[in-house]
Amino acid sequence: MISAGFADPAQDSQRSFRAVLEAISRPGRIFALPPLAEPPAPLRGALASVLLTLADADTPVWLDAAAPLDWLRFHCGCPVVAQPGAARFVVATGAMPALAGLARGTEEEPHLAATLLLQVASLRAGEGWRLTGPGIEREHRLAVAGLPADFLAQWAANAAGFPRGVDIVLCAGDSLACLPRTVRIEEAG
Amino acid sequence: MTEAGYNFGYLDENTKRMIRRALLQAVALPGYQVPFGSREMPLPYGWGTGGIQVTASIIGADDTLKVIDQGADDTTNAVSIRRFFNRVTGVATTDRTAEATIIQTRHRVPEMTLREGQVLVYQVPMPEPLFRLEPRVAETKRMHALADYGLMHVKLYEDIARHGAVTTSYNYPVLVNRRYLMSPSPIPAFDNPKLDRMPALQLFGAGREKRIYAVPPYTEVKSLDFEDHPFKPARADAACVICGSRASYLDELIVDDGGKRHFVCSDTDYCASRPPLQEAAE
Ligand SMILES: [Zn+2]
Repeated sequence: MISAGFADPAQDSQRSFRAVLEAISRPGRIFALPPLAEPPAPLRGALASVLLTLADADTPVWLDAAAPLDWLRFHCGCPVVAQPGAARFVVATGAMPALAGLARGTEEEPHLAATLLLQVASLRAGEGWRLTGPGIEREHRLAVAGLPADFLAQWAANAAGFPRGVDIVLCAGDSLACLPRTVRIEEAG
Repeated sequence: MTEAGYNFGYLDENTKRMIRRALLQAVALPGYQVPFGSREMPLPYGWGTGGIQVTASIIGADDTLKVIDQGADDTTNAVSIRRFFNRVTGVATTDRTAEATIIQTRHRVPEMTLREGQVLVYQVPMPEPLFRLEPRVAETKRMHALADYGLMHVKLYEDIARHGAVTTSYNYPVLVNRRYLMSPSPIPAFDNPKLDRMPALQLFGAGREKRIYAVPPYTEVKSLDFEDHPFKPARADAACVICGSRASYLDELIVDDGGKRHFVCSDTDYCASRPPLQEAAE
């Protein structure tokens, strides 16, 4: 039995998209998505909604869990690939795949890069990292629980390759925050 | 309510998804032109089909849409586009800049400072700022990859050598986030400073050329210039005859057969929202 997707695909995907667009335009700010009735475990609402909004037959997806594969194929019709490096959308609900192993585009075509949809334990605003860069007036604060210990080193390497690089959508429950490759992250001080 | 027979926003869901993915990449790459599979629209090229596709991909039932052409809401182009969106989305439309959540524009940036929560969508005829200097697409791609914009600096400097100043008064090239050279679309150079660190999100759509690009909020947008010749946006040295503004961008009108000239604000909402001039003050 495959659980439901969006109740009203045109309206629901528009609302989810605007939240993602705002989130990538204002890095580190947390946005709540309209709750999804039946996200397929282990995907929670935000991550499942982003897939319903952005994935289709033109976007190879890599997933670290087998359970939602039928749901994903049924609702998005996307090809599922065996290597994260071959995916347009890399979906991780457990350990984060190494950023250096994902598609980062080329110098001439940096838009041919992967977006990592990473489900984390929690997102909290107003504490934690200090984010600066395009989309941020002075600084945004974001605390993320559930990242690998060397995340900031991986992120610095990713950002240093600009314009090549991976963008990340951090999802927790029904909320998300984005880290476009332009954002600079400093440890809380 | 939308008219029967249209998907919300006219575009089918596959097309919207493709454009939405391009928009997200564009925001992550400020000033970089992302190619997209532009669709045929029920309006001819030159009517802003790129901007229309961007607006159609982001607009939702809760949005309030404003459409301007050369600063005015009541020109044929602006009225057609507003009617189109009213028909295919049913969303509210407005002439008031302050009330709009999405503003689609051709050739102007509103005088009012835009805020967070607003999106400015530009209609772009030619997205490539190097197009007149280097017609080979492969070459311009290479130049953007290397941030090699010497050709544009040479062109501007030749202007200064010949005329004593840069003569470009529209579509004046900008550098976004110190990385990508970008066409701000054919807005007057006067509007360029408004793009810099704007709190609103700016999206650019070129339908015929099939490119989308973006400037995230609070992002540095610098008009190209030289230390000894800093960028100076030009404005007619006059006041609006309706509201008296000496700060807004003015259109010149010839008001009688004798060639008498008047200046009025190009941004009609800005002009209308200011107290009218007292006759006595004239
Ligand atoms: Zn006026």
